[in-house]
Amino acid sequence: MPTVSRERLAEVFVEVADTLVADFDLIEFLGTVTARAAELVDVAAVGLLLADSNGQLQFMAASDERTRLLELFQLQHREGPCLDSFTSGIPVVNADLRRAAGRWPVFAPHATGLGFRSVHAIPLRLRDRVIGALNLFGTDTGNLGPDDVRVVQALADVATIGLLQEQTIHRAEILTEQLQGALNSRVVIEQAKGALARTHDVDVDQAFELLRRYARNHNRKLVDLAHTVLVDPTSVPDLTQRLGA
Amino acid sequence: MSGSEPRLAKVRALVAAEPAPDDVGALGTVGLLEQLCRAAVRALPADGAGISVMTANGVRGVAAASDPACVALEEVQFTLGEGPSVDAFAWRRPVLAPDLGAASSSRWPAYRTAAQQAGYCAAFAFPLQVGAARLGVLSIQRRSAGELSSEAVVQALTFAQVTVETLLDGQERTLPVTALTAFAPTPDPARDPTLDPTLDRALGSQFTVYQAQGMAMVDLGVSLADAMARLQAHAYASNRTLHEIARDIVAGRLRLEPDTP
Repeated sequence: MPTVSRERLAEVFVEVADTLVADFDLIEFLGTVTARAAELVDVAAVGLLLADSNGQLQFMAASDERTRLLELFQLQHREGPCLDSFTSGIPVVNADLRRAAGRWPVFAPHATGLGFRSVHAIPLRLRDRVIGALNLFGTDTGNLGPDDVRVVQALADVATIGLLQEQTIHRAEILTEQLQGALNSRVVIEQAKGALARTHDVDVDQAFELLRRYARNHNRKLVDLAHTVLVDPTSVPDLTQRLGA
Repeated sequence: MSGSEPRLAKVRALVAAEPAPDDVGALGTVGLLEQLCRAAVRALPADGAGISVMTANGVRGVAAASDPACVALEEVQFTLGEGPSVDAFAWRRPVLAPDLGAASSSRWPAYRTAAQQAGYCAAFAFPLQVGAARLGVLSIQRRSAGELSSEAVVQALTFAQVTVETLLDGQERTLPVTALTAFAPTPDPARDPTLDPTLDRALGSQFTVYQAQGMAMVDLGVSLADAMARLQAHAYASNRTLHEIARDIVAGRLRLEPDTP
């Protein structure tokens, strides 16, 4: 059974669900998830891994920062319970490390060398999407009961939903910024084309050619040069002063 | 968030059910936005819909609309600098004008006249926003006066949400965001964000306005902001749209003089 009170359990879930805050910090949040998992069930250490854009598991946070332990998390991008759980979407529970050398030839001896006897991996999953795994280590075998597994899985589920929501918002904000940036750049270039067209008494296509050639010859970004033409034309006199003037 | 998912799915299905535009050049993001405008007209009690893209520093352009009259009605707001879309963007909330003849709509005297002349009696504008960031406005017009039911308002907001999705998906195709870059974006100077090509084309006529603005800046020897104000004043005084004035200036048919008030 989970060792904490119902009240504490509720508090922990509220805390882990609270990702939609203005100053959200990913690493801090993942650190909290591992610390709370270690608090809720009787395990010695908890770590969390997330998949990067190539689908490779990367170690993100741990309840305990011992270097040898961190190595144990890091080597799981190649083998180990986290990789298995991430790939299958199914938890690995109460795996006996002393009997796991065949399954995980590098991971299992490393883990027993640190004094661990059992390992568990809970997928961070929402429907068919797995984004990483939570990794728990015990110093004796068979230490997680069905209730413990349910609590940790619930914690992982809440954290996953929070992470995905946060990621959706970040993606939207980044893309919105890019769209606005692209629109603004486009407009600045059009304005500069208009200004140069009048200065040199040419049409806008010829003005664009002047702008582009100058940018290329002086190794400048088109949009930055366009901005300079508009706000500080005297700093680019050979572009903004009329020939023979 | 999951509570709105069935509504979003329904609106996405309505948009997908609309036939794609005949014009092959308008496929892609803008084609989807046109389908969305037509789906909104069909699903809501509405006679017209338009999507304007805007930025905080004054960039404005019509990305798509259900018909040319709605394009004109969005553009006239840019000429006049007033109207429900302008307010919805500035105030970051829906602007509901169920009766353009009513006193409550008198804050847009010129827009109201233009809309009524075009045969519209009600206008509703919904901001396109993501958190604190804004992309533009979805506007809905009606030929008869009357409030939108609360159900219709919710559906219009859902159309606005799908509009945002569509615009952002289009943007992502020009520069993808990956799972971890969503949390730690590293600005890559070699990869400037570019505009979705269909959006770029759709906003083409709007870009003429900015060329004309640059020209007026040089002709009049004033700032960019003052140049735009002079273009707007000239359009208003000559009872023409900003776009018509801009086209004349860029084509060399019109030149604003420094001493013209």
